[in-house]
Amino acid sequence: MSAERDVAIAVKGLSKTFRLPTESASELKRVVVNFFRGVRGYKEQKVLKDISFTVEKGDFFGVVGRNGSGKSTLLKILSGIYEADKGKVEVNGSLVPFIELGVGFNPELTGRENVYLNGALLGFSVEEISAMYDDIVEFAELHEFMEQKLKNYSSGMQVRLAFSVAIRAKSDILILDEVLAVGDEAFQRKCNEYFEQIRRDRNQTVILVTHSMGSVQKYCNKAMMIRDGKIALLGAPEDVANEYSMENLNVATAGDGNGRRMAVEEFKIDLLSKNKISQNDKVKIKVSYKMAEDVRANALIVLTDVDRNVSIAGGRSKTVQCKKGEWVVQTVTFDLSQLNDSSVRVVGELWDEEGDILGYLPDGLAPRFLIRRTDYPKDRATWAVLFSRGEWE
Amino acid sequence: MQNKAQRLRYSRILLRELVKTDFKLRYQGSVLGHLWSILRPLMMFGIMYLVFGYFLRWGEGIPHFAVMLLLGNVLWGFFAEATGQGMRAIVDRRDLLRKINFPKYIVVVSATMSALINLAINLGVVLVFALFDGVAFSWSALWLLPLVLQLYIFALAVAFLLSALYVKFRDIAQLWDVLMQGLFFLTPIIYPLSMIIERTETVRWATVMLMSPMAQIIQDVRYSLISREGVDTLGTLGASWYVVMVPYLIVAAVAAVAAVYFRRNSRRFAEVA
Repeated sequence: MSAERDVAIAVKGLSKTFRLPTESASELKRVVVNFFRGVRGYKEQKVLKDISFTVEKGDFFGVVGRNGSGKSTLLKILSGIYEADKGKVEVNGSLVPFIELGVGFNPELTGRENVYLNGALLGFSVEEISAMYDDIVEFAELHEFMEQKLKNYSSGMQVRLAFSVAIRAKSDILILDEVLAVGDEAFQRKCNEYFEQIRRDRNQTVILVTHSMGSVQKYCNKAMMIRDGKIALLGAPEDVANEYSMENLNVATAGDGNGRRMAVEEFKIDLLSKNKISQNDKVKIKVSYKMAEDVRANALIVLTDVDRNVSIAGGRSKTVQCKKGEWVVQTVTFDLSQLNDSSVRVVGELWDEEGDILGYLPDGLAPRFLIRRTDYPKDRATWAVLFSRGEWE
Repeated sequence: MQNKAQRLRYSRILLRELVKTDFKLRYQGSVLGHLWSILRPLMMFGIMYLVFGYFLRWGEGIPHFAVMLLLGNVLWGFFAEATGQGMRAIVDRRDLLRKINFPKYIVVVSATMSALINLAINLGVVLVFALFDGVAFSWSALWLLPLVLQLYIFALAVAFLLSALYVKFRDIAQLWDVLMQGLFFLTPIIYPLSMIIERTETVRWATVMLMSPMAQIIQDVRYSLISREGVDTLGTLGASWYVVMVPYLIVAAVAAVAAVYFRRNSRRFAEVA
């Protein structure tokens, strides 16, 4: 036990390198040949580079990062599945990792048998599982399916069953990897309640890896962003979530080039307002285009909510006479003060008078921006599109 | 970190559940199901007895040759099954290894356990067979227990070694198949050892063959369980004490090497397998 009683996990200078075999190194012949040639049959890939952080007891600690950033490797080292090359990992308290839900699930076994098997992997004896079996089935809402083989379950049902077993684990530290976005709405509400409760009680420490910034902001009290095996940001969940969303925007707009040409020679959309706005700001967009011929045309701008996958606003400019090779510049302003936090993509198209499309801006070139309100009450509900909470009487 | 008692409890729970699962899934979808664990060695025995006992008359003059043939078959079958399944245990369970941290030896032990259950069932069949064949059991039959223990330790040790090697070199599976077939013929299972002594006109080769733990175990079990007549062991051949020690030393050496090698490599199984 550590002298600092309030530290759950302390990581110091953690590094991890994987050896990726260049050729099939599990063949004896290769190994022998490589040995005599002096060839190492693998190349090294640094996955984690000198990572240090501490998680205190009762923390709900979020870990975010793009695919391949090293966050899953980090979790596997924390839970003892992988071994660190360098550095120290200190864990105070018992730890159950659900690196994935439903570990050990076997399609040929019935739901009941899988509960016992999965439970054993989480450290429960047969008696212990029998005692809570009814609760598990109740939570999963799978009463009539328990004697059926798992292979006859839908994927949603499997996850529900797995989640229902997993939350019984009574360890001091939980490690969760991408488990929130499962099941139908009713089940998600249950999961939500479970996480809310952990967050309130603060007897369990949770490390949550997710791509959902909503979850990070909702549950976590601390968060960390990993980029290329290093800690990019460690701090308040809001900051980390914003940084992560921003990084993803930048990736989406990377690369240059012109709009795809049809009758259009060039097509550009510029964001005149900031790429992170609050409810007090307006969005200002400049549309510039140059036609390959004389044509009467108009521009259509649609704002799309990337996360919720819904168009939130849009409008068409008035039709103007374009001269060949001459720039036409139009600007448009949107008032989005009624919206909740969102990631927004600007979609632009050019149309002629007859209602035929002339050109559009490729997805990769579409500007994006974030809406981050500064006036949230404590009991925020960020999943809705609109900020309005209704007029209560 | 978890203390030793907790880890041990976890290992026990896990082992029990994995063995149960293996047992349930073993004959998944087959009509006769677990009857196959008895039928397989019996069918093999039937063919062998027809060829070697009846056609070739190799067991002539040896009392209860049929029972001995069946017994040898069952013991060898266990060894082949335990080592073969043990070898693949780590690789077969690699999905599990990558998702949760648990003592790796559990999966190897659980793979050999189902073979052990089979052995128990099959030994029951052998005993029934022996009764019908008029074998008179004596107290020396109790030697069966320490000998089966020795057999299990040997099989487990080989399984540990093979499973760790198999993670790195998949060639091991092919190599082991050939080796097992060769060893089968080098072990007095389908022929009595006395035949070797007669034909070579010396006990030297028989003694060398008996230094193999499998030969020693099979002969010792036959000797203590079925009949002292017609069964040669290192004891009856009058080998000196250091020769008698050889098979036990081999078992101990394999176990030591396996333990060290498995422990050293098990921490990286999740990454490599």
